[in-house]
Amino acid sequence: MSDLTGRLRRLGRAVARHGMLWAGLALVGSISLASLCAPALAPCPPTTLDVNAILVPPGSTGHPLGTDALGRDVLSRMLYGGRVSLWVGFVAVGLSVAIGLLLGLCAGYFGGLVDEAIMRGVDVMLCFPSFFLILAVIAFLTPSLTNIMIVIGLTSWMGVARLVRAETLALRGREFILAARVSGMRAPGILFYHILPNAAAPVLVSATLGVAGAILIESSLSFLGLGVQPPMPSWGNILMDGKEVLEVAPWLSIFPGLAILFTVLGYNLIGESLRDILDPRLRQ
Amino acid sequence: MLALANRLALKALWVAGIFLGITLISFAVIHLAPGSPTDMQTTLNPLATAETRARLEKLYGLDRPLPVQYLDWLGKLVRFDFGQSLSGDHRPVWDKIRERLPLTFSMNIVSLVLTLMIAIPIGLLSAYKQGGLFDRAATVFVFVGFAVPGFWLALLLMLLFGIHWGILPISGLTSMDFATFSLWGKTVDLARHLTLPIFIYTFGGLAGLSRFMRSSMLEVLRQDYILTARAKGLSTWAVIGKHALRNALLPVITILGLSIPGLIGGSVIIESIFALPGLGQLFYQSVMARDYPLIMGNLVLGAVLTLAGNLLADAGYALADPRIRLGGRSRE
Repeated sequence: MSDLTGRLRRLGRAVARHGMLWAGLALVGSISLASLCAPALAPCPPTTLDVNAILVPPGSTGHPLGTDALGRDVLSRMLYGGRVSLWVGFVAVGLSVAIGLLLGLCAGYFGGLVDEAIMRGVDVMLCFPSFFLILAVIAFLTPSLTNIMIVIGLTSWMGVARLVRAETLALRGREFILAARVSGMRAPGILFYHILPNAAAPVLVSATLGVAGAILIESSLSFLGLGVQPPMPSWGNILMDGKEVLEVAPWLSIFPGLAILFTVLGYNLIGESLRDILDPRLRQ
Repeated sequence: MLALANRLALKALWVAGIFLGITLISFAVIHLAPGSPTDMQTTLNPLATAETRARLEKLYGLDRPLPVQYLDWLGKLVRFDFGQSLSGDHRPVWDKIRERLPLTFSMNIVSLVLTLMIAIPIGLLSAYKQGGLFDRAATVFVFVGFAVPGFWLALLLMLLFGIHWGILPISGLTSMDFATFSLWGKTVDLARHLTLPIFIYTFGGLAGLSRFMRSSMLEVLRQDYILTARAKGLSTWAVIGKHALRNALLPVITILGLSIPGLIGGSVIIESIFALPGLGQLFYQSVMARDYPLIMGNLVLGAVLTLAGNLLADAGYALADPRIRLGGRSRE
């Protein structure tokens, strides 16, 4: 018990020391909150056209961040677009972590042929430029929110698999695992009750950084017109519309990019400081 | 020598296995399309005739069993026969790819060299004075660099340099009147068109590589031989520049190999924004046009280039590291 409180206190001190973590949490927290409250905060619905307010510059009454070429309010579209980015980030990373965990645990615990097969599969997947693979798959299916989340998840699990395999290999020979096996526990039980919790820290770090990566990929896809399809707004496709009117309406190209920048920065800050806090090898 | 021969044989086996894996996954991608890959040209396209459908099915051999289809496709692949483009010109896929390669290659090489030239000193200085002012500034730069979407940076630079100041072209590889320029004029014109794209490429790689260089350098500076070098009174320059730098650079070779898929993937966005006729733009156009043979050709080629890059990095590492080059024993 005293050990636990001691550990908690140490953790608390480490968290307090990490201004980076707080900065990241503040960024991600405020952007997420704003997106979640989009219906309450947005000046207009994100898809309402207004022919009388086409390409209105920022600062105008009723349109704090201006409007696009169809007279839609940029702030409203960005707030609703934030929901898309956050949703894609979570679902895609959830999927990739689930696949990576399962394959990594199996490879590390069972070893031998299973390990060989899974890890060579990882090698193969890592050979594909992931953006090429994602674009190719999207071309064969149809671009939609669901497809994008699945495809990003299916092409980004390799890091987690390697990580979990390494952790599992290190834990496999430990006495408490042996004890569990001797007491008659089956492999799935050992994997999920004993090994998984011990491998959770690096996976959490990798997942946080993964959300940032997924948001960047989604916005790139949407920017190329192969991601979230209009009229549904996403930061990437607002930027795509912005490119067409770059000369007359630069605000369309500036604000959504800042939203992506701050969100990705926030997740990276959280991920990196969690790595510092949770990795005992880095802690002195 | 025997150990070396064994290692090479194992490596060759690994390469063959990975190549087969690449083709299997690519082949699976073709069969992802709901119905058949020809739907987009046939049932979904009212203008498609039965003849078009038959031509497509013959191209893919879709009427035969899957394993036969795969082996047939594989056989054509190793002879660089990726089939014909579905676009109007019906040219062989390999020809279309080959003419796009030089531009993408040279842009990547130039930006890779620039990235190394900038990132190595940044990483080295950060590690040398860890926690100092420069290190902190570099850390901020790294975090921002990781978070800036390349395509957004491209838009901002186009806005600033192309539209606001009007000093750099923002689209294409050459000016309209390129043919009338002298040799020097042509060089300048090309350079002006490539400045922004190469800047974006370089910026994209800078954050990761300088961070990596920093941690590699920190790792080396903790080693005993650095302490020895200092203890025997060598100058800081000799310790950092000779002993530490050479060891810290070794892992960078691996990172260069690992960065290839990112560079190839990144070319899609950069080349389509700046309308540059490279491999990335070709891939983007093929995806937009659902030109399946062209997509598959690009996908397989991208993966094989990555594989080749990894092998080159392995070989480079082995050549550069005397422990591997002379000892023939790896750490395992």
